[in-house]
Amino acid sequence: MNRIENFEELKKFHELFEAKIKNSPCRVLICAGTGCQAGGSAKIAERFNELAGTDANISVEFAPEAAGHPVGVRRTGCHGFCEMGPLVRIEPQGILYTKVKPEDCDEIFEKTIKNGEIIDRLIYKMDGKEYVKQEEIPFYAGQTRVVLKNCGHIDAEHIEEAIASGAYQALAHSLFDLTPDEVIEKILDSNLRGRGGGGFPAGKKWQQVARQAETVRYVVCNGDEGDPGAFMDRSIMEGDPHKMIEGMIIAAYAVGAHEGYIYVRAEYPLAVKRLQIAIKQATEAGLLGENILGSGFDFQLHINRGAGAFVCGEGSALTASIEGKRGMPRVKPPRTVEQGLFEKPTVLNNVETFANVPMIITNGADWFKGFGTEKSPGTKAFALTGSVKNTGLIEVPFGITPREIIFKIGGGIRNDKKFKAVQIGGPSGGCLTESQLDEPLDFDNVKKLGVIVGSGGLVVMDEDTCMVEVARFFMEFTHRESCGKCVPCREGTLRMLEILERIVAGQGEMEDIEKLRTLSDLIINTALCGLGKSAPLPVVSTLDNFLDEYEAHIKDKKCPAHVCQKLKQYIIDKEKCKACSKCARGCPVQAIHGAPKTPYEIDQSKCIKCGACIAACPFKAIYVA
Amino acid sequence: MLDNSFYEKTDEILSKYPAQERSLIPIIHEIQETWNYIPVELLSYIAGKIGITETKAYSVASFYERFSFEAKGKYIIRVCDGTACHVRQSVPVLNRLREELGLSEKKHTTDDMLFTVETVSCLGACGLAPAMMVNDKVHPAMTPDKATALIKELKEEAAKE
Repeated sequence: MNRIENFEELKKFHELFEAKIKNSPCRVLICAGTGCQAGGSAKIAERFNELAGTDANISVEFAPEAAGHPVGVRRTGCHGFCEMGPLVRIEPQGILYTKVKPEDCDEIFEKTIKNGEIIDRLIYKMDGKEYVKQEEIPFYAGQTRVVLKNCGHIDAEHIEEAIASGAYQALAHSLFDLTPDEVIEKILDSNLRGRGGGGFPAGKKWQQVARQAETVRYVVCNGDEGDPGAFMDRSIMEGDPHKMIEGMIIAAYAVGAHEGYIYVRAEYPLAVKRLQIAIKQATEAGLLGENILGSGFDFQLHINRGAGAFVCGEGSALTASIEGKRGMPRVKPPRTVEQGLFEKPTVLNNVETFANVPMIITNGADWFKGFGTEKSPGTKAFALTGSVKNTGLIEVPFGITPREIIFKIGGGIRNDKKFKAVQIGGPSGGCLTESQLDEPLDFDNVKKLGVIVGSGGLVVMDEDTCMVEVARFFMEFTHRESCGKCVPCREGTLRMLEILERIVAGQGEMEDIEKLRTLSDLIINTALCGLGKSAPLPVVSTLDNFLDEYEAHIKDKKCPAHVCQKLKQYIIDKEKCKACSKCARGCPVQAIHGAPKTPYEIDQSKCIKCGACIAACPFKAIYVA
Repeated sequence: MLDNSFYEKTDEILSKYPAQERSLIPIIHEIQETWNYIPVELLSYIAGKIGITETKAYSVASFYERFSFEAKGKYIIRVCDGTACHVRQSVPVLNRLREELGLSEKKHTTDDMLFTVETVSCLGACGLAPAMMVNDKVHPAMTPDKATALIKELKEEAAKE
């Protein structure tokens, strides 16, 4: 689009685009987030475009100057309900079709778009109830979507749609009506806390950077969402990139920075692409780059791709990586606000934190404080995954309980199994158990329970999950991702991993529990960076809550959840065995013996638990205990 | 020795970035995307061009998991072993892929240079667990049997080309 010269023009464009969308008789919004694209949503968009294209009166391009185009086909970012994808939303009715296939498009076009009929088989159903409208589905009804409001509802590849939804109004308001100090004051007043895990007040960071004597400053966005089981930031970058970019420009104005960097994981190619498009379009529109909206303020924004190092999510490692160095944390102080990127004062916040900024500027700190709790105002996006019926991306106010999230929004445990724990905070976090399900989730309360909110991954685990194995899994992760700079993390995580591997293999001893605790203490107190210090938390948390499972592995050599391969026992059911000898012949280590007409037996000391006998038995006589 | 075309292409990549240390990682990304691995000779060449030592360039390239000095296959399969995928059985999918292709924890690439199988910490597709990525395409809700079918399909696709 053409360059927008000033605030007045931006207001006009906003009204114009908003009216175009409001007056559009029908909009088909196809989810083009990573999840739905994997389910084939690109083909669905293609088909809808073809269908709309056959009608001479229907335009599928976003052309604000052209009048009279009844159907607009848009590719949006993630709706969050990945479980039910690919998703197609039809406006203005707000109908949500789930699990849509390319061959459904013709029918949707004929019945729903042309004649307003609902197609029964494509709407969401739960517990015998049918939900036509997206907002009524329990998964959405339980949420408060503020930051993610536009995700799934606008086309992330067209800045016109973002402008229609009000993007860059907060920036213009800041540039023309507020001084940098007033912007900082607003953010301070809102008590917006860092969404990346630490929960440090963003306004304080900005204030500290603004007070530095050095005048060259940087604004950096941490999009290196490395926690396994988390994809909140990915969805914002893919679904509403302008919101976060706007937040960064406002931060830059507040602290007097003229250059910024977005550090994104290379594993998120779609997010990188959408950000590139957004930056290009914003620059062309005069909302980024030189002399933004004619205000005289300049801000250049660059994208740096990560390269698969989890540790780069740590502030000083991230800035080192942008500088072209190994991503290794350094000793602090000096802190990032004093000497960050290129040793200059740097504002470093994560994607979700920046995405909150424009709304706070527009609606005010009090509006923001109307959500959440006193000490943790606002909302938080969580990635709800694991053994829960409705997986996906959700946004809820702070203070909500895990029970509401898992059982109301998440619809309960998959296959109606029994809930065991929910892992929060990724490899730096821990588990919440049944007795903690009614504790409010906010930065401070969760800390009291010995875990952290972290970036927002919630992995639900049921009775079939072995907590010792989960602890081993996280330790393997943190050990692999340890940058190796400090001894406590490099060596300590390896020793902890070795002990856990012994335990899950049935070779643990009771002293091992004490050793794990000692090592945890040591690492927590002496590691160099936040990631190292928190690496033992999953072990500490499982030891505190599931000591009985550790003891079962060590004392009884049993895995109560029947997960740990080496603790499994293969047993031949004497009633079912017909002594055909097929299992014995199939056994690679000759662990099965028997005589004709008497049931066969497995020698447990020889058995390598490969499962070949189960596959060989024609009578299903062999089971795992 | 690499032939001249490698250096010509590298010059083309270098021309897009300022000759500074900070350009190293973006340049290595492009090198890897061009040849699917980083020829060591080119790393020395880049170091000279942007004014850093060879050891420094090597220390950076070897630090990051995504960069590889070994040539990779035409299809790079990254099996997600993030928490959500792990609890929804990603390991059997990985095992099946390795079995099908004769690969192991140590051997990542098939001799015909068609497939590379790696694990990745998280693809951020946790709602679709277990997930994996073939080059840039995400495959959701994998099972060992789906993995077998996909390998067959990719082999056929490669044979046609």
